[in-house]
Amino acid sequence: MTENVEPDIEVRDLVAHYGPREILHGISMEVRKNEIMVIMGGSGSGKSTLLRHLMALEHKTSGSMNILGRDIDSLSMIEMFNLRKKIGVAFQSGALFSSMTVAENIMLPLFEHTSLDRVTMDIMVRMKLEVVELGGFGDLMPSELSGGMIKRAAFARAVIMDPDILFCDEPSAGLDPAISSALDDLILRLRAALNMTIVVVTHELESAFKIADRITVLDRGNILFIGTPDEIRASSNERIQKLLNREPDTEDIDPDVYLGRLTGKEEYGGVEL
Amino acid sequence: MSESPSRPNSFFARTAERVGRGTVNAIEEVGSGGIIIFQSIFWLFAGPRYGQPVRFGAIVVQMLETGIHALPIVIMLNAAIGIMLAIQGIYTLKIFGAESRVTFGIAIAIVREFAPLITGILVAGRTGSALAAKIGTMRINQELDALHVMGINPIRFLAAPAIFGMLIIIPAVTFFSGAVGLVAAGLYVNVTLDITLLSFFEQVIDILSVDDLMHGLTKSVLFAVLIAVIGVVNGASVTGGADGVGKATTRAVVQAITAIVVTDMIFAYIATLS
Repeated sequence: MTENVEPDIEVRDLVAHYGPREILHGISMEVRKNEIMVIMGGSGSGKSTLLRHLMALEHKTSGSMNILGRDIDSLSMIEMFNLRKKIGVAFQSGALFSSMTVAENIMLPLFEHTSLDRVTMDIMVRMKLEVVELGGFGDLMPSELSGGMIKRAAFARAVIMDPDILFCDEPSAGLDPAISSALDDLILRLRAALNMTIVVVTHELESAFKIADRITVLDRGNILFIGTPDEIRASSNERIQKLLNREPDTEDIDPDVYLGRLTGKEEYGGVEL
Repeated sequence: MSESPSRPNSFFARTAERVGRGTVNAIEEVGSGGIIIFQSIFWLFAGPRYGQPVRFGAIVVQMLETGIHALPIVIMLNAAIGIMLAIQGIYTLKIFGAESRVTFGIAIAIVREFAPLITGILVAGRTGSALAAKIGTMRINQELDALHVMGINPIRFLAAPAIFGMLIIIPAVTFFSGAVGLVAAGLYVNVTLDITLLSFFEQVIDILSVDDLMHGLTKSVLFAVLIAVIGVVNGASVTGGADGVGKATTRAVVQAITAIVVTDMIFAYIATLS
């Protein structure tokens, strides 16, 4: 991996709040081109909040974020739309549109952002379905798919525009080990085939160590450690060892932070579209 | 861990807090409704320039769902209302021996009042609730986030087609509702008073003015905006899970029907001032 190239993602002193509560306390990190960066941490550590900020889904309190060399604060609306076309996201729940077939879900970004004809779009969708091993399932509705198939369909939709960056939120959550391992292989295949930078949020240690070039460990809204899987394993830091040994850290769970994590908002969420 | 904000202890303080919170939420929702209308108009005209066009196909789908699929229930309800008005009108006018003048009351009541009101309430219960449930479910399933990260503006993609689809189809359905109500009333009058359907409609045309027709249709336009915006706002404010979607759906229906009836009253007052 080349280390002196400009990073695809660069975060400096990121501070984020949910309501009055500060969740991220000045995060600085970078993700290099074609790297798989895994973000780990316990419950309420802020990893989902960090991911939502990296995806520009939340407004930060302070700090700066450069995505693909662009400071996202300086982008106009059109520039932001264009930047988003270069980013793919595979959500934890899949977030497939329940009123559309699997193929229509995957085709949606092409339909909205390109002027390709229907035949070409069909071919591209079929190719991506083959990549995620869902060939022949395009006509099914999301409700007819298993959990693992939904995640793979979400990956197909996330990479249909051949993005430069792929964000994955808990790709193996709720899946059995065999399917989880297959998804890890899929992430590695996608990186190799599409030459993408990939950021994965997960709490699965095996998965993290299998796919990561580097791992960022978050703890109570701060970065505890950034390093390769071998460096993390060798760390003598007590809290990292606790995480690696899967020791519960219940005193860290702030009910308000937990509520915010579950709902994405405070008690009254407000209107958000 | 920092302490949670303390809760007021006395009944009055708690009540004041609830009232204050409710007021702030209501103001926020009204403001959000205004923003949704403004942004929908913005995306309709400026969308193509930003690569975010409001799709005509999505508007047609909304029109089909709101109007065409609702026709059976629209026909049934408006026929029932027309016959009910004829029954009550004849019963009342019989006291004065003026049953033959029943057409006057029926025509004015249906075209100015009942057609837009019944259509509005029907669409609020049927489509407004469905819109709130759809957007609420999309919010808790992260589908709105998915739209954002795909570079698809959710107001352009979801709210604008709903608003413009309803704006076109609800006045059309209201016009149709009025016709159905008048035909049903005419048939009842024909059977009861031996006035032919042709004579009934000749009287209706004599009685009604363009102003009466526009009165009903203008209200239906206002109802369309209210139903769509209230559905979108409630769907977009869902928190929690399925329970939250259920509450938002109920709120959308109650708020939309309340808004329709109150707007109807205010509009009727203003329109008849001169």
